[in-house]
Amino acid sequence: MTEYEPVPDVWDRRVAGALAFLRRRLTGEYEVDEFGFDPELTDAVLHPLLRPLYRDWFRVDVRGIEQLPAKGAALVVANHSGTLALDALMLALAVHDEHPEQRHLRLLGADLVFRMPVVSELARKHGSTLACNPDAERLLRKGELVGVFPEGFKGIGKLYRDRYKLQRFGRGGFVSAALRTGAPIIPVSIVGAEETYPMLGNLKSVARLLGTPYFPVTPTFPWLGPLGLIPLPSKWYIQFGSPIPADLGADQADDPLVVFNLADQVRETIQQSLHQLLALRAEETEAEF
Amino acid sequence: MTSAPVSAATPPRVVLVTGVSRYLGAQVAARLAADPRIERVIGLDDREPTGQQAAVLGDTVEFERADICTSEPARVITGRRVEAVVHLDIASGAGTQPGGRAAMKEQNVIGTMQLLAACQRAPDLRKIVVRSSTAAYGASFRDPAVFTEDTEPREIPRGGFARDVLDIEGYVRGFRRRRPEVAATVLRFAPLIGRHANTTLTRYFSSPIVPTVLGRDPRLQFVHVDDALEVLHRSVLEAHPGTFNVAGAGVITLSQAVRRAGRIALPVPERGMSALSRSGGGLGTTVSLDQLDLFVHGRVVDTTALIDEFRYTPRPTAVAFADFLRGTGSVLPGEAIKALEQTILAGIRQGRAALGR
Repeated sequence: MTEYEPVPDVWDRRVAGALAFLRRRLTGEYEVDEFGFDPELTDAVLHPLLRPLYRDWFRVDVRGIEQLPAKGAALVVANHSGTLALDALMLALAVHDEHPEQRHLRLLGADLVFRMPVVSELARKHGSTLACNPDAERLLRKGELVGVFPEGFKGIGKLYRDRYKLQRFGRGGFVSAALRTGAPIIPVSIVGAEETYPMLGNLKSVARLLGTPYFPVTPTFPWLGPLGLIPLPSKWYIQFGSPIPADLGADQADDPLVVFNLADQVRETIQQSLHQLLALRAEETEAEF
Repeated sequence: MTSAPVSAATPPRVVLVTGVSRYLGAQVAARLAADPRIERVIGLDDREPTGQQAAVLGDTVEFERADICTSEPARVITGRRVEAVVHLDIASGAGTQPGGRAAMKEQNVIGTMQLLAACQRAPDLRKIVVRSSTAAYGASFRDPAVFTEDTEPREIPRGGFARDVLDIEGYVRGFRRRRPEVAATVLRFAPLIGRHANTTLTRYFSSPIVPTVLGRDPRLQFVHVDDALEVLHRSVLEAHPGTFNVAGAGVITLSQAVRRAGRIALPVPERGMSALSRSGGGLGTTVSLDQLDLFVHGRVVDTTALIDEFRYTPRPTAVAFADFLRGTGSVLPGEAIKALEQTILAGIRQGRAALGR
């Protein structure tokens, strides 16, 4: 009998890699940044869990990824829809998987996300933080890609009949963050998320009881219980538009006129791009038949 | 920052340190007394220093027994012509206090009020340094991830210590208005840690099973005791008026800290935790409401102002925590896990080799 010599084949590397990963997790030998972002957990666990949804369920079609800078800060602004904020997760995965530099998109989330146990911690580990100007500006100053949905709950909580109609953009805090840091704004339009949970009604009294911003009624929820949480398999398109420069000077960040004008410009760009994508989807769907 | 009076930049001749019968106060006082630029160091406390603290203070620090909650300190400050006051007699937890929370509040709030009143009337005073805490930022779900010194707390925190800290800083603000020529430095320390530190948090990480809040993994920051001492020392000798966060750069999450310490986390629902904290603890540890807030919300601060002003960078949080771990044992040592990993890997390789043949 000879002494066993490990053959460095692909399975051996995988097993060794997985064991080393488990050991690092068990002994705490990994790094998180000051926002709680855990890149190792995101790449090894969270993204692989989302990938089947991204690839096989929604068949996400990404266009214009080259509009994102290879490095340095940018503020990615997108429309928001679909009752549960799946569009945010899909957008982050699109940026990571399609961009040559595999950049991580740092999402800005509502305080409701950070109120909920478990969800809040998963969000932080995935790189999200609270949607507030100090956090947005801090991330941009560190040269991160920051993702924001200025419609907020008005976007994801709207009824199906209002689909692809952009809601109000709030106070334009995201524009102030871009102006203060000089980061370009990249408008993004997402088509497909509206159909995942078509919201037919909103039970406001139940929502008030639960303390949520809305309580959706979809063709499957709440009738089918947890099964109603399965999103409909709509085909998705994510279009990255050309960057809108925001280096007008930090002193402009407090000027409401400048802020609202720029916010309107971003909103118009996204709305137009949504219409074009919808027309494209209609063509492609027809071509399939 | 440069508008401080010229006299604040020269080292004070006579320094008074409060709370010298406890670890931090004794260390700060002894270090100041050892500095040749300072003529006299007076240590104040309402109980005689014992054991280690007495040894640290030695006879270089002149001890004055006085209750900070009375007007006695005023007599010392004016009578001895004190030029700088370092206020460290601030209790962070009720656990070690004989009178519980009431005594802690009395000491923190009334003590600071009395001391600052005495300082206000002291003709020779040029400088005060007050120990505060990053708990001053409160705890809310709408807080930014990283606090800078100008962040205002959104909600009044539930913890007693955090409330005291807000009161203490309020009194210092009042003092600054009334004696603008006195350089007032407020240091907001992250939880202190180190091989010799003995705090609520170090005791927490020293027990084998540590309760955590279910579904929460807060971001924590620490400052090494030696760095805290250095910053306090420089605050007295140099002029650094203003409010500064004092913490080690970087973050470790509670779950990470528990794993690095080789402890076993016991997740408890938040309601259960608050009941535990009210009942005075169990599982060998006490969890105060201050800690509960920390364990739900976490707390991370920006230290750019400190580094720019003091030209000093405390060691990172992870390094400070690693130094603390050198002083404690471990339930699940990292080496054992590493050995287990190697055993499993070797087993799988042998198994595959056997199947392959």
